[in-house]
Amino acid sequence: MIDFTVWDIVRNLLDAAQWTIALSIVAFLGGGTVGFALLIGRLVGGRSGAALIGGYVQLFQGTPLLMQLFLAYFGLAMFGIDTSAWLAAALALTLYTSAFLTEIWRGCIAAVPRGQWEAAQSLALSFSEQLRYVILPQAIEVATPPTVGFLVQVIKGTALASVIGFIELTKAGTMITNATYQPFLVYGFVALFYFAMCFPLSVCARILERKLHAARH
Amino acid sequence: MPPAIEITALRKSFGDHEVLKGIDLAVQKGEVIAIVGKSGSGKSTLLRCINGLESFQSGRIVVDGDQTVESDPTALRNLRQHVGMIFQSFNLFPHLTAGRNIMLAPRLVKKKGPELAAEQAHALLTRVGLADKFDAMPHQLSGGQQQRVAIARALAMEPAILLCDEITSALDPELVGEVLRVVESLAVDGMTLLMVTHEMAFARRVSNRLIFMHQGRVHESGPSEELFTSPKTVELRQFLGMVN
Repeated sequence: MIDFTVWDIVRNLLDAAQWTIALSIVAFLGGGTVGFALLIGRLVGGRSGAALIGGYVQLFQGTPLLMQLFLAYFGLAMFGIDTSAWLAAALALTLYTSAFLTEIWRGCIAAVPRGQWEAAQSLALSFSEQLRYVILPQAIEVATPPTVGFLVQVIKGTALASVIGFIELTKAGTMITNATYQPFLVYGFVALFYFAMCFPLSVCARILERKLHAARH
Repeated sequence: MPPAIEITALRKSFGDHEVLKGIDLAVQKGEVIAIVGKSGSGKSTLLRCINGLESFQSGRIVVDGDQTVESDPTALRNLRQHVGMIFQSFNLFPHLTAGRNIMLAPRLVKKKGPELAAEQAHALLTRVGLADKFDAMPHQLSGGQQQRVAIARALAMEPAILLCDEITSALDPELVGEVLRVVESLAVDGMTLLMVTHEMAFARRVSNRLIFMHQGRVHESGPSEELFTSPKTVELRQFLGMVN
């Protein structure tokens, strides 16, 4: 049996943490893009478009992320697509993130008073101009704290990708535990690493929220 | 000369509730019209139909000779360049300075250059008595000042017609005067004005024609002075507080 020093454990976890960060970034950028497209679809798609996207949101909010990962991993394979754990995890987390973000952002758009739309309309601005120059600047201000807050959920959510064999922080922790028989030490470090990623974001979200609150009063 | 606004047989319902029950109205260029009536009589809805903020079930509205109010977005955009609107709640864009509020639409819609748009905004702010507020944010301004910026913002699109929807109703009493003075100066300059108002003294002094709306119809209309001194219908007499 190979002897693991604490440094060996930390070094291996650090390597794996990079994949946690990479997966989080992909999920967030992908989910943000899809979520924004869905948001626009909801605004311009009429009643049927809104219902369709509402259903999509409910589907992802109403099922465990773990099931979504399983379905992405085994589902893609069923359709003959040669899938890796990385691809399946990125896909599932992107869709999951898009559903939550589009819902958060929809609420932020709804928080902009109707009169703002009407004033922009009465000045002959087109729909995209109304959105870009009048509504979004106001909505983004409201949306920033909950969006940053949700990023924390996404980072923690990536841990579930370990069950389909994607080697990120949690999976690496399990593998090292199996080799060292020191679960408390290893998982302690794993938890610390997650904390080190999430805590600054939580602080950031709180500061943004306070700033927003101050600006409004 | 075609009328500034020609409304024929306009009907509008919210669900089962019919708010406008067949409105016919022609507004000539340069006319100043005050629309009065109890709340729920359909006066704000009528105003909002004219620039397409509300859709309607049947009837026809033609603005400035050839612009028909319809649901096509491009047609609506064209129409709205001819019709300015001022709201009860000002609706200034809170993230933009007073100057930028005024410049936004001319820059985007009329493709005006930044210098020209800024020059125009300065001139308009001077016209509404706020020459020094170009860089002020809306929340730094009083209600009366905000409403005057909103008027300048509507004027920046050089509309043929201006719609005013209870523009002093949200103001503290001491701020009403400054806004009404601006509107009066517009009337004197020959702007076509259609205003829903509760300021009876102002309506009487400034408007050429008074329209009294009652239960979704134009119940009585005519020269303001005449209607104020000798209203023909019982309802208008009641509304003006002549009988109790």
